[in-house]
Amino acid sequence: MEKKIRVLVAKPGLDGHDRGAKIVARALRDAGMEVIYTGLHQVPERIVEAAIQEDVDVIGMSLLSGAHMTLIPDVMELLEENEASDIIVLAGGIIPQEDADRLREMGVDRTFGPGTRTDEIVEYIRSKVLNRN
Amino acid sequence: MEILSRLLDGDRRAVARLMSMAENDSPGAKKALAELYPHTGNAHIIGITGPPGSGKSTLVDKLALFYRTKGKTVGIIAVDPTSPFTGGALLGDRIRMNEVALDKEVFIRSMGTRGHLGGLALKTGDLVKILDAFGKDIILVETVGAGQSEVEVVKTAHTTVIVEVPGMGDDIQAIKAGILEIGDIFVINKSDMEGADETSRELDAMLDMNPENSGWRPPIIQTIANSNIGVDEVVEAMDQHMEHLKSTGNYHKRIKARTRVELMEIIRDNIHSYLIESGQDEKFDSLVDMIVNGELDPYTAAEEFVKPIKE
Ligand SMILES: Nc1nc2c(ncn2[C@@H]2O[C@H](COP(=O)(O)OP(=O)(O)O)[C@@H](O)[C@H]2O)c(=O)[nH]1
Ligand SMILES: [Mg+2]
Repeated sequence: MEKKIRVLVAKPGLDGHDRGAKIVARALRDAGMEVIYTGLHQVPERIVEAAIQEDVDVIGMSLLSGAHMTLIPDVMELLEENEASDIIVLAGGIIPQEDADRLREMGVDRTFGPGTRTDEIVEYIRSKVLNRN
Repeated sequence: MEILSRLLDGDRRAVARLMSMAENDSPGAKKALAELYPHTGNAHIIGITGPPGSGKSTLVDKLALFYRTKGKTVGIIAVDPTSPFTGGALLGDRIRMNEVALDKEVFIRSMGTRGHLGGLALKTGDLVKILDAFGKDIILVETVGAGQSEVEVVKTAHTTVIVEVPGMGDDIQAIKAGILEIGDIFVINKSDMEGADETSRELDAMLDMNPENSGWRPPIIQTIANSNIGVDEVVEAMDQHMEHLKSTGNYHKRIKARTRVELMEIIRDNIHSYLIESGQDEKFDSLVDMIVNGELDPYTAAEEFVKPIKE
C-alpha cells in the first residue's frame, strides 16, 4: 500500500463559518487524501493534539475571525513543544501580507488567500509532502 | 526497536507513527507488531456499530468520558469508508468527540477503510493492539454497520454494541440479517425521538427468537447520547458482559475464535506479499491471458500459481 497523505483541516476561532474549510476538505478527499475534519471552534491545544494522534502530514487552518495572529502562533509553539514541528502548517483566510510574512517566519509553510482555487492547494500539498519523504 | 521502546515509554508520537506504519504496510511494521504482541491482551475491546447518523461517535465520546471518571484510560478507533474511486476519505468522527478531546489519557485515531479488502479487520486489529500495548484499559472501535468487512471488525472485539435509532421500520429486516447474532448489547439511541419503546419491543421479540446458547441475553438500552442519558447503563452492561465472558469460559472461546481469524488473515497477507514481491505479477497476468484464450482453466492456473509456496 502506498503512503496516503493525511491532512487535518481545522477551524480555529470563534466565527461559525466553516464553508471554506469544508470545501477544501472535500477537494482534498476527492484528490485521494485522508482528511480529518474536526469541526468548528477549535482551540490550538486540540488542533495540535489531534494532529499528533492522527499522525498527519499537514495541518490546514481556515480563519476568518482575524484572530490569526494569536491562534496560529499558539499552534506553532505547541507543535514545537511536542517535537512535532515537522508537520507542514498551512493557513487560509484573510491574512494581510505583513502578517503572512511574520507567520512564515514562525514556521507556517504557506498562506492562501480567500480566492485560492482548491486544485492549487491540492497540488501544493502533494508536491510538498512528496518532496519531504 | 526504538519506536517500540518509545511507545512503551508513553510517547504519543511513536504510537501514532506505528499506526501509520501498520496502515501503510511500511517496512518494519510487521517486526514492530511482532515485538509489541507480548505487551497486548490487557484491554477490554469494544466494537460499536450501527447505521450512519445513529449517534455512534456521540455515544463513544460520552462512554469515554464516563470511563475516565472511573479512572480508566481509553483508546478510540473511528473507522469511516474510503471512496473506492478516489481512495480519499473524509474522517469526521472527531467533530462529535468534544468531551475527551483535550484529555491526554484518551487517544483517538481516525481510520479510512482504504482498499484493505477482507483485511480491514486485520488493520483495525493492528491499531487496537498498538493502543492495548500503550496501556489503554478500554478500546472503543467505531465502524459504520454496512458492509461485511465492518461486521468482521466488530467480531474481533470482546463486546459488540449495536446502535440503532427509534422507528427503524424496514431496517428491522436488515438487522435480522447478521447484526442480531453479533450484538452483545443493543442501544436504541435518540430515544428522545418517537417510537423508542416500540423499537425496543420489536428488537426484544426478535432476540427472543434468537437461539441463546452462550448464556448471555443481550440487553436493550435506551439512550440520548447528546444529553448524556443512559450512558452509565451502557457502561454497566459492557462491564457485566466482560464479567460474563470471564466467568463462563466464553472469554477463552472468543480469544480463540479471534486468534483463528487473525492468524488466517496474516497468513493470507503473507502469501499475497510473497507472491507479489517474488515477481509473480507477470506470471499472474500470463495465467489470466491463458484462461481467457481457453488454454487453461482457472483451477489449474491457481494450482500452478501457488506451487512455489507448496514447495
Ligand atoms: N436527537 C438526538 N440526536 C442525537 C443523539 N445522539 C446524537 N445525536 C445527533 O445525531 C447526529 C449524528 O451523530 P454522530 O454521533 O455523528 O453519529 P454517527 O454517524 O453514528 O457517528 C449528530 O448531529 C448528533 O448530535 C440523541 O440521542 N438524540
Ligand atoms: Mg461517527
